[in-house]
Amino acid sequence: MPISEQQVRHLASLARLDLSDSEIASRANDLEAIVGYVAQLAEVDTTGIEPIANVAGLVNVTRADVPAPMLSTADALGNATVKNDSSFLVPKVVER
Amino acid sequence: MSRETARAIAAAVGNGRSARVAVETALAACEADTLNAVIRVHRQRALAAADAVDARVRAGERLALAGVPIAAKDNLCITGLPATCCSRMLEGYVAPYTATAVARLEAAGAIIVAQTNMDEFAFGSSNETSCYGPVKNPVDPTRIPGGSSGGSAAVAAAGLVPVSLGSDTGGSIRQPAGLCGCHGLKPTYGSVSRYGLIAFGSSLDQIGPFAANAADADAVLAVMSGHDPLDSTSAPHPLPVVGEALRGLRIGIVPAHAEGLQPAVRAALDATKAKLQAAGATLVEVTLPHERFAVATYYVIGTGEAASNLARMDGIRFGHRADAPDLRQVYGKSRAEGFGAEVKRRIMLGTYVLSTGYYDAYYKKAMQVRRLICRDFEQAFATCDAILGPVSPTTAFKFGEKLSDPLQMYLSDIFTIAANLAGVPAHSFPAGRDELGLPIGMQLQGPMFSDRRLLAIASALD
Repeated sequence: MPISEQQVRHLASLARLDLSDSEIASRANDLEAIVGYVAQLAEVDTTGIEPIANVAGLVNVTRADVPAPMLSTADALGNATVKNDSSFLVPKVVER
Repeated sequence: MSRETARAIAAAVGNGRSARVAVETALAACEADTLNAVIRVHRQRALAAADAVDARVRAGERLALAGVPIAAKDNLCITGLPATCCSRMLEGYVAPYTATAVARLEAAGAIIVAQTNMDEFAFGSSNETSCYGPVKNPVDPTRIPGGSSGGSAAVAAAGLVPVSLGSDTGGSIRQPAGLCGCHGLKPTYGSVSRYGLIAFGSSLDQIGPFAANAADADAVLAVMSGHDPLDSTSAPHPLPVVGEALRGLRIGIVPAHAEGLQPAVRAALDATKAKLQAAGATLVEVTLPHERFAVATYYVIGTGEAASNLARMDGIRFGHRADAPDLRQVYGKSRAEGFGAEVKRRIMLGTYVLSTGYYDAYYKKAMQVRRLICRDFEQAFATCDAILGPVSPTTAFKFGEKLSDPLQMYLSDIFTIAANLAGVPAHSFPAGRDELGLPIGMQLQGPMFSDRRLLAIASALD
């Protein structure tokens, strides 16, 4: 199944990856080959088969809604490069 | 290089020998590593930990892994230490918390001495994609050690430490164990907490031990495993202990596993079958009819999960952050600069299979095939206690041999991937060498939660 450069650019945008033109071309080739390979799954008869996500058989594991110890603000901010005392900082998103 | 076992070290330290003895030996070995398997050595931290273990022993505490030096893969979070998944995307990241599995080992007296090299974000089967450079196979430095836990496999096989930790999502413990010549276990999904393991495929990942012998791997597994409230996919019950491993043992053999093997690997499989028979096991033919779709299924589910998990690598809260005028470009540039080619490849594929218009044909379809693969194993284990087969179709290949063809690289996991899809435990153990002296690994796969029985069988063959 051919994968167009336009499709690859769309995927890169969805994935928030600003790829160069040569990277776009390389990834298009890779994707075509790999998607071509995984397309064999269409051969399998899966009529009536429920998809499985958790192989351990667990469903909706929750804990009691009780506050517990957590990372301090300082620790949580510790690995950020652009921040102030209480927040991670980003370029302004909402234009007034 | 000391080859003292983990159990021997724990016994000696429990009897009063200073924990510093084995730790100093391991530190010196790691500092002298020529395989590029070790990326960071933590001398001061390890010696302080050794002294703390000595104090605990003197105070009368009984520690299952007293003073045992351990190396950890670079995707495990340990408070105060870097964790980069060997990627420039996580350059500078210092973990503010410790993975449960590691915390349990430290509580039992084990001592982290070093961190090991890996394929970037655990995407790889050869340890050639690390931002720190490739790891060399301890047996032949012109060849790959396997991946993604190439560093941890190499240090255990070379005897730099008695035990190391890796992670396995599609074979990343078992395949390098086989190619380097040591034991490597992928535990039952859910039996070892994933809290603190930087996620690749959340429905596939498990942390597991490498060791020179199965009994040491079992000792580490016993401490690491068990329910963790911090991991909602953690199994509620501990792994059962095993009585007699070999009594009445039925070993399943899948005829298709003998195809396409390097002749020496085929011979090793036959020799292992004979050994098990001589030890009293009976061989039973079984089939896994959907196993031939395992690689395709994995590269849909695994990449989908990986793309989702790596969405958090955006430069804002941690990791490499590019300068850009708007937020959208901060994300796009940071990630493009921080990630290597294989990571980008898998993120793109994962995005494709999850995207509108393709989700049903790929991701949902793969989840259905996955259920069929789970059933194949359940059916096989109705007539056998464990399935024996090769870990890899070949011994270690040369550097660069498969880098230009991603599909060829993916197919080196052809025997390991099904166990991650089904969640069943699988153990790789040494089973001889080929004509060049390269290690050959064999694999035992068992029903869910039979991990310790698999290790007991491997131990009987040790």
